[in-house]
Amino acid sequence: MNNATAVSLLAQLNAGEVRSEDVVRRYLDRAESHKRLNVFVHLDPERALDQARAVDARRQAGQPVGALAGVPVAIKDLLCVEGEPTTCGSRMLRTFRPPYDATVITKLKEAGAILFGKTNMDEFAMGSSTENSAYGPTLNPWDEERIPGGSSGGSAAAVAADFAPVSLGSDTGGSIRQPAAVCGVVGLKPTYGRVSRYGLIAFASSLDQIGPFTHDLADAALLLKVISGHDDRDATSVDRAVPDYPATLDKTPGSLRIGVAREFFGEGLDPEVETAVREAIRIYQKAGAIIEDVSLPNSKYGVPAYYIVAPAECSSNLSRYDGTIFGHRAEDWSPKYPGEEDLHPLVRMMMASRAEGFGAEVKRRIMLGTFALSAGYADQYYNQALKVRRLIRNGFDEAFKKVDVILGPTSPSPAFKLGERTADPLAMYLSDIYTITANLAGIPGLSIPCGYTRSNLPIGLQLLAPAFAEENLLRTARVFERETDWHARRPGLS
Amino acid sequence: MSLSTDDVAKVAVLARLRLSPDELQTFTGQLNSIVDFVAQLQEPDTTDVEPLAHGVEVRNVFRDDVRGPALPREAALSNAPKRNPDSFLVPAVLD
Repeated sequence: MNNATAVSLLAQLNAGEVRSEDVVRRYLDRAESHKRLNVFVHLDPERALDQARAVDARRQAGQPVGALAGVPVAIKDLLCVEGEPTTCGSRMLRTFRPPYDATVITKLKEAGAILFGKTNMDEFAMGSSTENSAYGPTLNPWDEERIPGGSSGGSAAAVAADFAPVSLGSDTGGSIRQPAAVCGVVGLKPTYGRVSRYGLIAFASSLDQIGPFTHDLADAALLLKVISGHDDRDATSVDRAVPDYPATLDKTPGSLRIGVAREFFGEGLDPEVETAVREAIRIYQKAGAIIEDVSLPNSKYGVPAYYIVAPAECSSNLSRYDGTIFGHRAEDWSPKYPGEEDLHPLVRMMMASRAEGFGAEVKRRIMLGTFALSAGYADQYYNQALKVRRLIRNGFDEAFKKVDVILGPTSPSPAFKLGERTADPLAMYLSDIYTITANLAGIPGLSIPCGYTRSNLPIGLQLLAPAFAEENLLRTARVFERETDWHARRPGLS
Repeated sequence: MSLSTDDVAKVAVLARLRLSPDELQTFTGQLNSIVDFVAQLQEPDTTDVEPLAHGVEVRNVFRDDVRGPALPREAALSNAPKRNPDSFLVPAVLD
């Protein structure tokens, strides 16, 4: 059962060779014996085993079961699960138990999946290293002195360390693809609107999208099919048929024109990462792909545009945490610092609660967003960022007239050391330089393992496709997966 | 442009965040470096470019104005930091 995939487990479960209860016990044992990695914020063994026994009973009775029946799925701790702790990596939500399920959780339950714990993350999904969690950092299974990426670091590490065969994360500026790259797993960010965001604790609503972490593309296709689809409860979810991604995965793409954007090979790219990505291009060439140079001239403005748009949206979304309806409330809000005497007690209660409940990065982004939207600055910052956002999307539209998929590195460097970038917010922001533009443009992207550094750290290859072209994106990635065995390598966890 | 600690203190009240004098100093420095960094957004020519709020353009979705099931009161109140049997409790708004 070691290093199983969802597909391989399903084959064994459906053949009656194993029971879900045994599968769950095996993952529980493994997670328990490697607790030091701090992958889970919350994992309730009894609840997981109960779900497994229920699925086993259905199977044994010959009743129909869903597409993921009996398969454990680890869940990023920002997806609401009714009655289960859902902290979003924040002290603010330390005791929060959502009164309803996120739509993707409902879909997983309908598919018979076992909800296997809540994974660690940067607080409110703001970060690239999982070091911003109020519950301590997660360690990278490949090198425990290094970060697992972020913000979905727990979900990436869960799959890499074989604590769960698959997991869900969310991607606002690269938070699925970058941790997938530095943990050596597959990570897919679907098109904006493909997957319902209902019950996803909002960070930046025009950018957030839920997607899977897996060992391979067959699992990614399977999970994407399960979680996709229109939802009345998310006004931005798109009403469009969900293709049968697993069924078409192994068909060779009819057209295999791959764009290499020169902007993705600029200053700051680690030479070992570049070598691995150039080798991937060669492999595609050998497989018959037509490689084209393309240009995304405004992609250098991706990070600055993002660091206006995302904080602006977050400053609005996070205003709901005010110590009244749910979340942390301070015990004491009497005036403490100069100027506070003049403020209404209710305002002081909110200010004290938010000061105690949020960590430094969340405060920084709320401040930045509040500033960018404030009277006198909104045109200069927020509206200008939205105009640049359109230029960035136009750049992709132009490039996709010539090519089917754009290829490049996922992350400019392999996993960095814990603590290396925590003192310098801007250095941390640049970890997402290659992933961030896809969120601004709304297009799908995935990261797939494409090699290892000399010190055995995973390297990720990013593929980007036009909106709603996930089918072709997966099939194009599959061409590479078939030619390589990077995805089969596992960390030597003792 | 450069933000002073007074500017940042004003933003902090708008954002409903209590900042200690130390935090105010740190955030002023960090926000200034981020604001300097995003100044490059003024470089590209955006004449006649429409702002783009969503990457995939979305339209308004309408539904019939009918009442559907709502969260039961007890479920809605279950996460309240302070409550009585029927309501959320907050510091007095009126004297």
